Amino acid sequence: MNDQSMTPEERAANLKGMGCSRKRVEDVRFTQGKGNYVDDIKMDGMLFGDFVRSPYAHARVVSVNKEAALALPGVVAVLTAEDLAPLGLHWMPTLAGDKQMVLADGKVLFQGQEVAYVVAEDRYIAADAVDLVEVEYEELPVLTDPFEALKSDVVLREDLEGQTEGAHGPRKHHNHIFTWEVGDKDGTEAVLGGAEVVAEEMVYYHRTHPCPLETCGCVASMDKVTGKLTLYGTFQAPHAIRTVVSLISGLAEHNIRVISPDIGGGFGNKVGAYPGYVCSVVASIVTGKPVKWIEDRMENLMSTAFARDYWMHGKIAATKEGKITGLWCHTTADHGGFDACADPTKFPAGFMNICTGSYDIPTAYLAVDGVYTNKAPGGVAYRCSFRVTEAAYFIERMIEVLAIKLNMDAAELRRINFIRADQFPYQSALGWEYDSGDYHTAWDKALKAVGYEDLRKEQAQRVEDFKAGKTRKLLGIGLTHFTEIVGAGPVKNCDILGLGMFDSCEIRIHPTGSAIARLGTISQGQGHATTFAQIIASEIGLPADDITLEEGDTDTAPYGLGTYGSRSTPVAGAATAMAARKIRAKAQMIAAYLLEVHDDDVEWDVDRFAVKGAPERFKTMKEIAFAAYNQAIPGLEPGLEAVSYYDPPNMTYPFGAYICVMEIDVDTGEWEIRQFYALDDCGTRINPMIIEGQVHGGVTEALAIAMGQEIAYDEMGNVKTGTLMDFFIPTAWETPNYTTDHTVTPSPHHPIGAKGVGESPNVGGVPAFSNAVHDAFRPFGLVQSHMPHDHWRIWKIANGLGLHG
Amino acid sequence: MIPAGFEYHRPTDTASAISILQEHGDDARVIAGGHSLIPMMKLRMADLAHVIDLQDIQEMKGIEIGADSVTLGAMVTQHELITHDGLAAAVPIIREAALQIADPQVRYMGTVGGNVANGDPGNDMPGLMQCLDASFELVGPDGTRTVAARDFYEAAYFTAREDEEILTRIMIPVPAAETGQAYEKQKRKIGDYATAAAAVMVGGGSASVAMTNLADTPVWSEEASAALAGGDVEGCVAAMLDAIDPVADNRGPVEFKKHVAAVMLRRAIARAMSRAG
Ligand SMILES: Cc1cc2nc3c(=O)[nH]c(=O)nc-3n(C[C@H](O)[C@H](O)[C@H](O)COP(=O)(O)OP(=O)(O)OC[C@H]3O[C@@H](n4cnc5c(N)ncnc54)[C@H](O)[C@@H]3O)c2cc1C
Repeated sequence: MNDQSMTPEERAANLKGMGCSRKRVEDVRFTQGKGNYVDDIKMDGMLFGDFVRSPYAHARVVSVNKEAALALPGVVAVLTAEDLAPLGLHWMPTLAGDKQMVLADGKVLFQGQEVAYVVAEDRYIAADAVDLVEVEYEELPVLTDPFEALKSDVVLREDLEGQTEGAHGPRKHHNHIFTWEVGDKDGTEAVLGGAEVVAEEMVYYHRTHPCPLETCGCVASMDKVTGKLTLYGTFQAPHAIRTVVSLISGLAEHNIRVISPDIGGGFGNKVGAYPGYVCSVVASIVTGKPVKWIEDRMENLMSTAFARDYWMHGKIAATKEGKITGLWCHTTADHGGFDACADPTKFPAGFMNICTGSYDIPTAYLAVDGVYTNKAPGGVAYRCSFRVTEAAYFIERMIEVLAIKLNMDAAELRRINFIRADQFPYQSALGWEYDSGDYHTAWDKALKAVGYEDLRKEQAQRVEDFKAGKTRKLLGIGLTHFTEIVGAGPVKNCDILGLGMFDSCEIRIHPTGSAIARLGTISQGQGHATTFAQIIASEIGLPADDITLEEGDTDTAPYGLGTYGSRSTPVAGAATAMAARKIRAKAQMIAAYLLEVHDDDVEWDVDRFAVKGAPERFKTMKEIAFAAYNQAIPGLEPGLEAVSYYDPPNMTYPFGAYICVMEIDVDTGEWEIRQFYALDDCGTRINPMIIEGQVHGGVTEALAIAMGQEIAYDEMGNVKTGTLMDFFIPTAWETPNYTTDHTVTPSPHHPIGAKGVGESPNVGGVPAFSNAVHDAFRPFGLVQSHMPHDHWRIWKIANGLGLHG
Repeated sequence: MIPAGFEYHRPTDTASAISILQEHGDDARVIAGGHSLIPMMKLRMADLAHVIDLQDIQEMKGIEIGADSVTLGAMVTQHELITHDGLAAAVPIIREAALQIADPQVRYMGTVGGNVANGDPGNDMPGLMQCLDASFELVGPDGTRTVAARDFYEAAYFTAREDEEILTRIMIPVPAAETGQAYEKQKRKIGDYATAAAAVMVGGGSASVAMTNLADTPVWSEEASAALAGGDVEGCVAAMLDAIDPVADNRGPVEFKKHVAAVMLRRAIARAMSRAG
């Protein structure tokens, strides 16, 4: 038998377990166009829903006349808030403890808001009917600036009038949502007051949008005979959606089956519950037919969850030598018309309090004020853990600003302030316990890899050449060392709508030694079917190729909180390892029985249990699997399966060092990325190829955000960037080559030491690009300039610095 | 993003296309590559009951290279403009400009006739055709007439073409051998219209200069061209800056666009001069 002829290393390699760059099993169907997305679902008699949306950002809805629409052949129904009100469904709860109109109830608060829902026999008729619904509006004054909104007499949320208490404490003004404070206010102010050096800046992280390739949508199908609702949709958290649907519709949870089929990217956009889901469910219940609703691109950009829009006012204190002594931050958070942020309940500004970053800052204070404006609701974590990109951008800009003030090299300033390897686990001033890290090693490796010293020399020469009129191009070196906080999270402080943020995995081993595993998460491109099988392969010694992975069907998968915030590997990945270990524990007993020795006399060896001291006497996992189904083993139940619900003891803290070298044309504002180096430490690396792919994708999204992508509004509240002509998505042409690298500092509390990586590149990428732009102009006096750094804004920097002669 | 319903016609000769246009008047529009028209229909900004597809009309296809003049059928695609070696030899600036339009997918479908007939100030071909002093053949119920590209554009989406006329051919005088040509375009990304673009021909004592997306029509400036013909680059730039009239939009504020216009023009001039014989 070849088992004996192979070395343990060869046997391990055959498993394609952890550490193997196994090819993505998903790609077989995706590259053949055989994926099954929501819009691919077709059902008998299926109807189509479409929205009448508000052209105004703030207006009273005087009347809605459905007559002409209803008269169009093929139109089945037109729903308005009035129709939903008797069911109590014209408003719905948001994930942030606020409520949100499903359909305009007397007024609209943002352009693109859902006013009426048309149901028709096909989507062409539905689109025609949308045009025929006559809505009379009375325009109201528009507030697009959160600072203005906090001063204005204009009341956006009349439904909350008189309510001085919100979901997160007192409200100071009728357009104010919450104040969230962390850290030591007085202590930080004292440090700032007595500091040798204080740098102060307003850092704005503009509003943008996750813009997944596939927009949001669903198919709701109510079976009136069985009383069972099946809801297919683009859900990043199918179980949570099932519970929410049950709570707001009154349908019993066992009568609801939520299925997330293949999802074409989520990036946070598909975490929340949208009016389209509610209306489709109602329409299916009312008509008894399946109802499909699919957003178009403009609807997606205008109405479903945006990201960022944080005005972060910072002060950072340091000694003359550059040792940071304190950090103060006040953030004004523009949440739009409803507070529909997707954050754990106790964290209304997400994990913004990771804003001390990679630095040992003894004293810090953070306050966040949430504000209503006439913009779309949302505030999701666009390829990041909750508000972590905002936090990372803030601290990485403040470090640069401080370096300017100190006239210091920004790489050196970082180095002397990093948390040292021997300080972990590290207690941050804003309340987190960083699990592990070795920042100095990563930093030195990164600087060496790019030839940092030489780059600085080249830059100095470039500045001279520029001043001498020999070139019109500047060179920027963008540095970033980020620390993420992912894997939400411990049930003791992390929940969404009261649901603890654990996750789950169930594994069943089949008699012939193959397996199926089901998880509470759902891949949207992350490659879970590939990587989670690798974890199981390494843990129980069955080849990854023999393990099927299933997610997204709430009738079959164990309960979990879904995929976002880089939580799948830290939480569900841990559950997977734990479930596999339960199986291995039982397998050990079976093996001992078969080998006629005591349980403790066998030991694990890659893919088998062998008798200690007699490695030729063993039972492979495959043999054990069969035995589990055909032997009557005293004291053991037949079968071989296990389920684990994993409540993580802590978050994980991936980190990385990113460096971007950028050429900037001073006359046109055009830029070119000459080099981008990304070192990631995500702890144990499950599949290096997938990590690399995640880094490429995440840095590319970061490039988009930093260099052009935004949801911009004019003063009337019109969305100016509602199509992909104006909303920047880089093509292969704009996307540079990336050099990826890594160090490995495993998480001490995670069963396999993995930390999560999908979002690190966005968290670290944005400040790296932005810092490169700033760095190019630093020799000419630039301190701070807001993203996105598109051509005209870069040109404006140059123009403002007098570089156009 | 779903267009309203429409009837689809697919005539095989120009005369039939014109008679369908006559029959339905305002409700009908011809469609060439569809890459400007279909997006407008999806946005329901163009609401048409009748769409007349020109792709089966053979007489509107083909590229003819004569000694003094090049003729492009209106239905020649932008992709064909790029791949036609004879055209590249006779008027190299056409390939250079066409390569700057959108992306390969759009160029496989988009036609030169649609690009110049559309009247969108963002289109690259109109400015180029003005620079080249091309003329457009228009066929309508009353027969055939020719309009110079420099006289064709009246305002955004308004041209000298009557509703019932079809643009059938584009005639371009072959530039003198010593002419240097260059097309320079700044855009935000691949697939984007110009922030500013310049088409320049210079050499043998003559010059022609036109710019794109800096006013509600393409801008060909006689004064700027004359200045350049006389070797006065700064005079050319100054005259052009007088002639353009950009508006602020997502591509940037007016000062920026003016600045970039000058930069593009200077670069195009420098490159064209370096190519002049
Ligand atoms: C993503 C994207 C990016 C683009 N970027 C650019 C760019 O950078 N530069 C650029 O120049 N263009 C750009 N375009 C437009 C593209 O080049 C179009 O194809 C072109 O403008 C129109 O050509 P068409 O054949 O597609 O015309 P259509 O869309 O079919 O027609 C356009 C208009 O012209 C009329 N028309 C068409 N042919 C005739 C005719 N023979 N006689 C009379 N009227 C006619 C139609 O009725 C219609 O009103 C872009 C398009 C897209 C979708």
